[in-house]
Amino acid sequence: MRFQLSPEQRQFAATLHELLGGADTAAAARAWAAGEHDRGLKLWRALADVGVFALLVDEDHGGLGAGPVDLVVACEALGYHAVPGPLVESAAVAPALLTGHRLTSLAEGDLVATVVAPPEVPLALDADVAGMVLDLTGASLTAGAEPVRSIDPPRRLFRVPAAAGRSDGVAFDRGVLAVAAQLLGAGQWLLDTSVAYAKQRKQYGRAIGEYQAIKHLLADVVTRLELARPLLYGAAVAGETFARDVSAAKVMAGDAALLAARTALQVHGAIGYTAEHDLGLRLTKVRALAGAWGTGSFHRARVLR
Amino acid sequence: MDLDIDEASAAFRDEARDWLASHVRSLPSMDTADGFEAHRAWEAELAEARWSVVSWPAEYHGRDASMLQWLLFEEEYYASGAPGRVSQNGIFMLGPTLFAHGTQEQRDRILPAMATGEQVWAQAWSEPEAGSDIAALRSTAVRTDGGWLLSGQKTWSSRASFADRAFGLFRTDREAERHHGLTYFMADLRAEGVTVRPIPQLDGEAGFAEIFFDEVFVPDEDVIGEVGQGWRVAMTTANNERGLSLRSPGRFLAAADRLVDLWRDHGASPSTRDRVADAWIGARAYQLYTFGTVSRLAEGGELGPESSVNKLFWSHLDVELHETALDVLGPAAETDRAWVDGYLFSLAGPIYGGTDQIQRNTIAERLLKLPREARR
Repeated sequence: MRFQLSPEQRQFAATLHELLGGADTAAAARAWAAGEHDRGLKLWRALADVGVFALLVDEDHGGLGAGPVDLVVACEALGYHAVPGPLVESAAVAPALLTGHRLTSLAEGDLVATVVAPPEVPLALDADVAGMVLDLTGASLTAGAEPVRSIDPPRRLFRVPAAAGRSDGVAFDRGVLAVAAQLLGAGQWLLDTSVAYAKQRKQYGRAIGEYQAIKHLLADVVTRLELARPLLYGAAVAGETFARDVSAAKVMAGDAALLAARTALQVHGAIGYTAEHDLGLRLTKVRALAGAWGTGSFHRARVLR
Repeated sequence: MDLDIDEASAAFRDEARDWLASHVRSLPSMDTADGFEAHRAWEAELAEARWSVVSWPAEYHGRDASMLQWLLFEEEYYASGAPGRVSQNGIFMLGPTLFAHGTQEQRDRILPAMATGEQVWAQAWSEPEAGSDIAALRSTAVRTDGGWLLSGQKTWSSRASFADRAFGLFRTDREAERHHGLTYFMADLRAEGVTVRPIPQLDGEAGFAEIFFDEVFVPDEDVIGEVGQGWRVAMTTANNERGLSLRSPGRFLAAADRLVDLWRDHGASPSTRDRVADAWIGARAYQLYTFGTVSRLAEGGELGPESSVNKLFWSHLDVELHETALDVLGPAAETDRAWVDGYLFSLAGPIYGGTDQIQRNTIAERLLKLPREARR
């Protein structure tokens, strides 16, 4: 047993943070929300170049033949930086549904895919920019043209008339795992940003982070995030208990991220409630992702099944 | 990254499972006179088969087991329904301290008797005025020929009602500021000048006691570490208590599995479903988190302020898990001795070994590097 990331996996995470940290992902997300995809697709290309969409694709189709652990590493970073787009769908789910040259295009980042899996995933994310809308049988569907507004504006959702299938199977579970990892990443950003703010913002002559009222809120967030992370990686290396463990990971990552979001807003005060502040991009993102690919209730039921 | 158990560890686990299956029996509460002796005998039986301190060297009744193997043993131990460990203060708190700071003579003299239950140890940290503020300790040790004279009062000392010996900090320098001038002593609870007054706990049993020391002689060989360095020595023990050793995931996994079974047996009420799932998820998270810690330590990492994350998490998990069980049981909960005992025990978790508030301060100041609050 060695329940730690390998040096290569740490390096992969560092590479992604470096790439995304300098890319103004917030501006890309805001443009994406307005239906302007250029900046986001440029990010997509950069992510493809470091292999994000090739992770779960086998080497015969130009993929890296990596595993769920690497997927979690990648999705944590994508969630941290609030990168827009059908990332989970293309990087985690579609590799299990596509075959042949389409799989190769996916791995190379040339094909943007999105997925519906009713009833848990009833709407297609970013169907206007995706080259394919898939259901969990791998069938290609057509989506409606008008976006349905999400609580999280960069998530552009579209109705899919004939969507069928069931929320189950390896493709679905990988989607759940990837969403959980995004939630954890977003939660970590919320914590880091709140801690930095608490050190710098002064009231009554002291940094607010000196007060126990603030310290204790943040300590609870750390605790939830730190304990959710091993569930994600544990699920990624689980064999026959994969479905149960990804559900457990989704529940706890979702709760931890929601706690991080509410705490972050409380620590920031009114400045965090403004549209200009990047906090908002995560506040709405974690709320949307907490219910995406299965609600907490759905996954708790699966844990006990 | 993997969770694969190597062959040797799997064999170790299977051996433990088999032994426990044929030896585990239920015992009366360790906080009664009869129960204490029954538990002492159980410790001897464990030691005889070398299951009492698996991670210790063979010369002290151990098996030189790795931390992973220790965790696997603990999972098997609690899954088998085996009783709580009357020796836990000694083997999980004083033992590691002696391995880190004790002399060879102290290890040879103390550890074997601790491993077999022949000597059961009580912890004597708390004082009426101190609580979590160990630096406010007022009990004193005064130099005398060949040793020290201990005076003062310790309280809420777990196991002290029936234990043989105790360990704790005493002030050896009245002039020194706060953490300085404290020294770590071991003392005989049967010595002249010691008075032990049992304090019944919430369950009515004498799990706690007050210990009064009136010029109790302790020889020099019962000082652990350097005189005046007791605070630093005690921190090893505190990290052990908060961190890995006292509350291994095995306890919570076993309890969570029992909770899931209980919930199914009671017709799987939908109103408690999410809480039952959360208890199981929490226990699983804690198990995996601990595997991560063990992997990190195996690669040379240290157990630092992360142990406060550990403590804060499991203390809440334990309370919530037991609250849920009582709610699943409904009116029957009031008289279900096993779950009630577990519940009452869980309520102490957020208090002992550093309260939740102390843990949160540690996490905020030492992990997040938030500024220290101005202190008088």
